[in-house]
Amino acid sequence: MSTLEIKDLHVSVKTEEGDKEILKGVDLTVNSGEVHAIMGPNGSGKSTLAYSIAGHPKYDVTSGSVTLDGVDILSMTVDQRARAGLFLAMQYPVEVPGVSVANFLRTAKTAIDGEAPKLRTWVKDVNEALERVTLDKEFAQRSVNEGFSGGEKKRHEIAQLELLNPKFAVLDETDSGLDIDALRVVSDGVNRYSTQGDRGVLLITHYTRILQYIKPDHVHVFVAGRLAESGGRELADQLEAEGYDKYVKAAAQA
Amino acid sequence: MTQTVAEALELAPVESHLHPEGSFNVEDHPVPSGLEEIWRFTPLKRLRGLHQDTPLDGSAFKVEVDAAEGVTAVSVPVGDSARGASGYVPVDRVSARAWEAAQSVFEVTIPANTVVEEPTTIRLHGESLDKAAAGHLLVRAGQFSKAVVVVDYDGSATWAENIEVVLEDGAQLTFVTIQDWNDDSVHVVTQHARVGRDAELRHIAVSLGGDVVRASTSADYLGTGGSVEMLGVYFADAGQHIEHRLFVDHTAPRTKSNVEYKGALQGKDAHTVWIGNVLIRKEAQGILTYESNDNLVLTDGATADSVPNLEIETGDIEGAGHASTTGRFDDEHLFYLQSRGIAEEEARRLVVHGFFNDIIRRIGVPSLQERLVASIEEELAEHVGRIS
Repeated sequence: MSTLEIKDLHVSVKTEEGDKEILKGVDLTVNSGEVHAIMGPNGSGKSTLAYSIAGHPKYDVTSGSVTLDGVDILSMTVDQRARAGLFLAMQYPVEVPGVSVANFLRTAKTAIDGEAPKLRTWVKDVNEALERVTLDKEFAQRSVNEGFSGGEKKRHEIAQLELLNPKFAVLDETDSGLDIDALRVVSDGVNRYSTQGDRGVLLITHYTRILQYIKPDHVHVFVAGRLAESGGRELADQLEAEGYDKYVKAAAQA
Repeated sequence: MTQTVAEALELAPVESHLHPEGSFNVEDHPVPSGLEEIWRFTPLKRLRGLHQDTPLDGSAFKVEVDAAEGVTAVSVPVGDSARGASGYVPVDRVSARAWEAAQSVFEVTIPANTVVEEPTTIRLHGESLDKAAAGHLLVRAGQFSKAVVVVDYDGSATWAENIEVVLEDGAQLTFVTIQDWNDDSVHVVTQHARVGRDAELRHIAVSLGGDVVRASTSADYLGTGGSVEMLGVYFADAGQHIEHRLFVDHTAPRTKSNVEYKGALQGKDAHTVWIGNVLIRKEAQGILTYESNDNLVLTDGATADSVPNLEIETGDIEGAGHASTTGRFDDEHLFYLQSRGIAEEEARRLVVHGFFNDIIRRIGVPSLQERLVASIEEELAEHVGRIS
């Protein structure tokens, strides 16, 4: 079993008015086999949490720790974190002109596994992974994310999740901008990944809609840079009914 | 017998700095001071007098030819040659001097209706820097012929050259130059292509080596429906000056041009210049043109100059546009690749290869594409791996 542990995490970004603190002490433990949903209003810092775990250079961790099975990941480079078993499905996957999906996936798989995948099975694996998220296999020859629709980009993220099969997946608003069919395809992919049993998911979302397809074990309300409340699935139902108002007001008064 | 391009085409003269008055007479081209528009980016001091009066009588170079079936490639004395067939008139002093000094013309002839897939390759190997030399190459593609011609430069030379390319009606020609010089060579080359009715020129310039490479390339059209694609890839290292000056002169209706150059720079005082000039004359109705230049600056201390110019003298065109970008590594590209486990150095390699791939994969000559990918990898091994 693996554990991703976030303790008292404080993160700032540089702005023209100086450093601005976005995360104000986040505590969260995700064990393999668990699906955690983090829900919160726009601007609450949800994405900052995702990018800070992945190591985006824009975010500056000022205190606290993130460990994977007790090993500090904050001192690792972005690629070291990925090789340690972390994966971030991005809200806005980046277009990389001229680099084919096939080349990208093979390079990533080789880096993660420490050896090149077997050519014969790999092509089949890639085609099947694309097919499962209803992307035509010709996508393998296209440049990474270039000219993909929003939905195609998200499905491409999920294909990567399945091919790279990390210990922990952080999904940053993977559901935003998806129509109902694409949402189902993406959710199925996440469920295939998580039902392996020894994988952990941190699902960051603004809407409760995706929780009809992905059943979280834990739901957290994220407001003003920290967790405002944690509970089970029933918390999602409550948020669906009442919205974030109560938490936003409480945070504003604090 | 000074005859300008405009007269040859019976077009109204255009007063434009894009379209300098040519002359075969060296005296009509004063020694440049470096302030002139066409010379302001070029490090004249490093030209070893090519732009002044240095004799161009060197002969320390070797030419190897590998001609495809049906294609002839021979050196003929100037007097027996078809020099001037493209209508070209020297537009600057180096070109006029090379014209005057050349003793022979290397003629590559693709007879009418000849279709060959195998490239015809001319390798020019320079063996000495000491004496400057002049050359003249004339490539003629006959009616409805289809061929690939590659000119491959390497070794050490101080080389002034004129290249003429003539496409008769309906000809399709891919013409490639590869500057793979040692890093002490100086090469100033002026190329002019005349494109016949419905003919298609694909002009590909690859510039990797040399101390100073200045390549001026122009094209005009003898009839309607002609098409010119100019693709370029360049990679400048510390101290290198690589300059491409493109000029497409839309002299006929319903003609097309597409110019795309991509370059990377690394190391102190690496300098690249790209000038993309397009002139759309009054006669050139219904034409379509686009030109773009992208530069990727890999390290501090390198400079990329990029100047697109478009002059339009008719309101009746199908489309005209240009774009120019110069940037550093995009941190978001690197983050995305790294977040998938790919180490930073490898991620940088992928991004640079990807940057060039857009053009390389369109060259259409597989052996050349492979060689280019390998050359870029070599260039990258020098620097990118060491960026922290």
